Amino acid sequence: MAEVNLTNVCKSYGADVALDDVTMTIPDGSFVVLLGPTGAGKTTTLRMVSGLDKPESGRISIGGRDMDGLTPAQRDVAMVFQQYSLYPHLTVRQNLEFPLKSPILKTPADEMKRQVSEVAEVLQISHKLDNKATDLSGGEMQRVSIGRALVRNPSVFLMDEPLSSLDAKLRSDLRIELKSIQANSGATLLYVTHDQIEAMTMATHIGVLDQGKLVQFGAPRDIYENPVSVYAASRLGQPRINVLPADVFGGAPDGAVTIGLRPEQIMQGEGEDSLVQRIERLGDQTRLHLSFKDHALITVTDAHTTLKDGDTVKIRPQNPFYFDAVGARLT
Amino acid sequence: MAQIRIENVRKEFGSFTAVQSSSFTIEDGEFFMLLGPSGCGKTTTLRMMAGLELPTSGEIYIDGDEVGQKPASQRDIAFVFQMFALYPHMNVRKNISYPLVSQGMPKAQVKKKVAEIAEILGITHMLDRPVGGLSGGDRQRVALGRAIVRDPKAFFMDEPLGALDAEFREHMSQELRALHDRMGATTVYVTHDQLEAMQMGDKIVVMNHGVVEQFGVPQDIYDWPATKFVAQFIGSPPMNFLDFNGMVSKDTDSVDLGGVHMSIPKMRQGANGDLTFGIRPEHIRFDDSAGYHGRVIATEYLGTTQIVVLGTPNGVIKARIAASVNVTIGETIGLAFHPRTVSLFDAKSGNALLSEANEGVLGRG
Repeated sequence: MAEVNLTNVCKSYGADVALDDVTMTIPDGSFVVLLGPTGAGKTTTLRMVSGLDKPESGRISIGGRDMDGLTPAQRDVAMVFQQYSLYPHLTVRQNLEFPLKSPILKTPADEMKRQVSEVAEVLQISHKLDNKATDLSGGEMQRVSIGRALVRNPSVFLMDEPLSSLDAKLRSDLRIELKSIQANSGATLLYVTHDQIEAMTMATHIGVLDQGKLVQFGAPRDIYENPVSVYAASRLGQPRINVLPADVFGGAPDGAVTIGLRPEQIMQGEGEDSLVQRIERLGDQTRLHLSFKDHALITVTDAHTTLKDGDTVKIRPQNPFYFDAVGARLT
Repeated sequence: MAQIRIENVRKEFGSFTAVQSSSFTIEDGEFFMLLGPSGCGKTTTLRMMAGLELPTSGEIYIDGDEVGQKPASQRDIAFVFQMFALYPHMNVRKNISYPLVSQGMPKAQVKKKVAEIAEILGITHMLDRPVGGLSGGDRQRVALGRAIVRDPKAFFMDEPLGALDAEFREHMSQELRALHDRMGATTVYVTHDQLEAMQMGDKIVVMNHGVVEQFGVPQDIYDWPATKFVAQFIGSPPMNFLDFNGMVSKDTDSVDLGGVHMSIPKMRQGANGDLTFGIRPEHIRFDDSAGYHGRVIATEYLGTTQIVVLGTPNGVIKARIAASVNVTIGETIGLAFHPRTVSLFDAKSGNALLSEANEGVLGRG
C-alpha cells in the first residue's frame, strides 16, 4: 500500500534507449497497466521499480521513500513473472510459507499458518495445500506464485505478463480473480501486458508506452474515447481503429492528415456507398471488411446480418478522430 | 494436396488414454483446426496424422492410402512447430533449400523453387542474409518457406503462433490464412485459442479429455454447441448457463424459467429433470417489458461493447451490450433472450437437446 513515483527516469542499453524521460505517478491502491508492443519499455519500467535494474538518471520513490541504492529486498515489493518458478521439491504450503520464513521477517508459526490459509482461500487452492508443487496444473502453479507474492503483503505488487502462458479460459478466470484481489486488499499493482483485454478490464489506469516514452496515462475509458494520438488510439479496440486519409469523406478540419474511425464511429445505412469484401464471423463479433474509395475498412455488424460479399452498404463517419501529420490528435 | 481421414483412432500411453476412438475427415484444401484445452489430445492427434506417434488402434488415410503405421518420412507431409528451429549457421536461402538439397534435387531446380517460395512469402530481399539477425516474423516466414518448398501433401502446424505477442500474432494469422488461400494446400492446425480457430478455420474439431466433442464449421459450432463443454470453451465470455429443474416435451416451444415463460426453438426431443438453459452474452437484450429480471453486479468496459454481469434467479449471467448504454450497479433490468439462439442441455450428460434450430447441425453427427 503505497504510492509509486517515477521522476524523469532514463535508461539505455548500449545504443538502445529503453526509457526516455518517464515521469509517472502510480496512485496508492491503483491497478496500473503498462501497455505497448514489444520493446516499448514496459518491462524495463517494472525492473526499475523492483530494483532489478538501475535508472541512469531520474528518481524512483515508493511511499515517499527514495529508492536510490536500495536492493530489491529492501524495497518491499513482490514480483510475479510470466514463467512461474516454484520450488519443485516443496508442497504448495511450503512454497507459500517460504517468503514468510525469511530471517528478516521472523513470522511466528501460527501467524504464518493463518496467512497461508487466508491466501489459499482467496486463490481457491486450499484443497491443494499439501500437494507437491509439480502435481499442479499450469493455472494452479501460477496461482501459487501469485499467492507467494500475496502472503508477503508488500507495499507494491509488480507483475510481468503473469497470465500470458495460460490458456484462454484460465486467463479470463484469473483476470477476474486478480482484479478482485487487488480491489479487496487495496494493494498498489503495476502490471505489464500486451493483451488489451487484460488492460481494459483490470486497470484503474493505463500507461501507454511508445519507444520508451510515456505518451498517455489515464483511465481505460479515457484512453479509448479520448486518445492523444494515432498510436494511443491503436492500442485499444478490436477490431483496431481504421485510419484513412482525412479528406476521404470530406469535411476534415484544417491540418488534419488522417481520420480515425472505430467501429462505433462508422454509421451504417447513411452516407456514401462502400463495398462488402468479406464477412468474418468470430462468434461474439461479426466483422465487416469494407472497401471505400480504394481504402480498406473493418467494422462490426449484427451477428445475423443478411449482408453478403459483394453487397454495398452506405457509411458515414460519426464523431470521428482527426490526426495531424505526426499522428497527434486534433481537437 | 490431400484428403485426410481419421477412423476410430485411439492412443494410449501406458494406462493413460490420450485420444479415445476419434473419427473425422479433413477435405482436400481445407484449413482445419484442432481446438481444445491443454491435455485434450489435440497435439497427440496431430502427431499421429504426421507419423510422429503411432496410433494404438484405428486407421489414418491420406489420399485414400492407409498410413497409420508408417513413419513420418513416408507420409509426404510438412510439420511446423511452435518453436520454429532454423539452422543458425546457414543463411535464409540455405535454410529454405535444405530439404530439397537433401532430397538430391538438381541445383538449378532448387534455385528456381526457392526463388518462387521466397516470392510468395515476400522474403526475396533477405535470401542471402544470415538467419541470426532476422526479426521473429521473418524467422517464422523462413520456417514456413522450408516447409512449403517441398510441396508436401499437407501442412501440420502445432501452435505455430503461440510464442508471438498478441499484435504480431494477429498479423501472422492473417498472413497464414492468405498464404493458404493462395496455395490451397490441406492444413491441419492445432491451437487452444478459440478466437484463432474461429478466425482462421474452415472447419473445427473441438476436443476434451481425448474425446471429440464436436466437428463442424466455426459459426455452427458457435451457434449450436453439441455439449456444455463446447458452449463454454468457445466464446468470450462463454455461453451463459441457467440451471433449472423441469420437463420439456417434444414439440414444445417454451420453458418455465424461474416462473417466467421463455420462448425457445421448437424441441425435437423431450427431457425431464435437471436441465440447463444456454444463451450467448450477445443474444441478451435489455427490455423493460420483459418478465425475467437481473440485478447488475458489475460491468466490464471493452470499448465498443461492455459486459454486464447480472444476478438472476437461476444464477449469474453476462450480457454483452453497446458501451454507450448507461448501466448502474445495483439496478434491476428486464432481460429478453433471443429465442432462436437458445440451447437446452441435459445438465448431467452435458449434451444439447435437439431442437428445430440445431438439428441441422447436430443431426449430421
